[in-house]
Amino acid sequence: MNAPLQPTRHAPIDTLDRQIIQATQAGLPLTPRPYHQLAAHLGLEPEEVMRRLQRMQQRGIIRRIGAVPNHYALGYRGNGMSVWDVPDERIAQLGRRIGELDFVSHCYQRPRHLPDWPYNLFAMVHGHDRDEVRDKVSIIAGLLGADNRGHQILFSTRILKKSGLRLPT
Amino acid sequence: MDQLDRDIINTLQQGFPICEQPYAEVAARLGSSEEELLARLRRLLDEGLLSRFGPMYHAERMGGGLTLAAMSIPEKVFEPVSEQVNRHPEVAHNYQRDHTLNMWFVLATETPGQIDEVIAEIEQETGYPVYNMPKEHEFFIGLRFAV
Repeated sequence: MNAPLQPTRHAPIDTLDRQIIQATQAGLPLTPRPYHQLAAHLGLEPEEVMRRLQRMQQRGIIRRIGAVPNHYALGYRGNGMSVWDVPDERIAQLGRRIGELDFVSHCYQRPRHLPDWPYNLFAMVHGHDRDEVRDKVSIIAGLLGADNRGHQILFSTRILKKSGLRLPT
Repeated sequence: MDQLDRDIINTLQQGFPICEQPYAEVAARLGSSEEELLARLRRLLDEGLLSRFGPMYHAERMGGGLTLAAMSIPEKVFEPVSEQVNRHPEVAHNYQRDHTLNMWFVLATETPGQIDEVIAEIEQETGYPVYNMPKEHEFFIGLRFAV
């Protein structure tokens, strides 16, 4: 009953994968057998749905199946984007250390835009209020030591738009 | 929120099994029941403590384009420019931030090549430059947010 799997470099996911992605964008069914419900909805065998989800997870197309907490509702109201200018040749090592901190949710290397924007390392820092975020940013500064050639915290003052990511269809 | 709610939030951030009765499996680990776990998950989602529960997809690995972009917009035209930017369906999130670069948005497109097209459109419509800051490297994403 399995449809052929023919992933290519240009088509990392096929039509059935896309259908599964579409059907789960809003979330997983909250029923005892969620994958069976998905399968029934899509007209597929449950084993096929589970096998494809496993495969997408193995290939990193699905980061994980899980819960996304609403930081703000959970009391973390001081969320700051900390940005750092660190030496390019050290960023891989430094980024890993910062990314592992439990108060950092995302940590990325991004391009500088000199002279306006010298920062190449971004770390989202969460705290109950802005002072707590500042304290945590000081911890990062301490870890970076002399590799920190400059940093700032950008707090968000307003959400201008928040819609879900549109996934390729 | 009681201890079981916290355990559920902490546990479910770390992954979820793919099997016939995954809720029963997780509930057993938490010393709870399938029924209780489902009821609590429903409530946590209804109350907005969880914003989502399900597979988290990696846009770039699905063949799409994704980037973070920033603009520096004078206060007096901030509102109309933010409307121009938000009108693009490719703009997923947009935040005002307290910096000279005061507008920060995420662009998600169906193909990587469309990122540059949307940025060019926004620059032309608004008359302000867009600083494109695609991620060059992603360091370990913990996302384990202990509550």
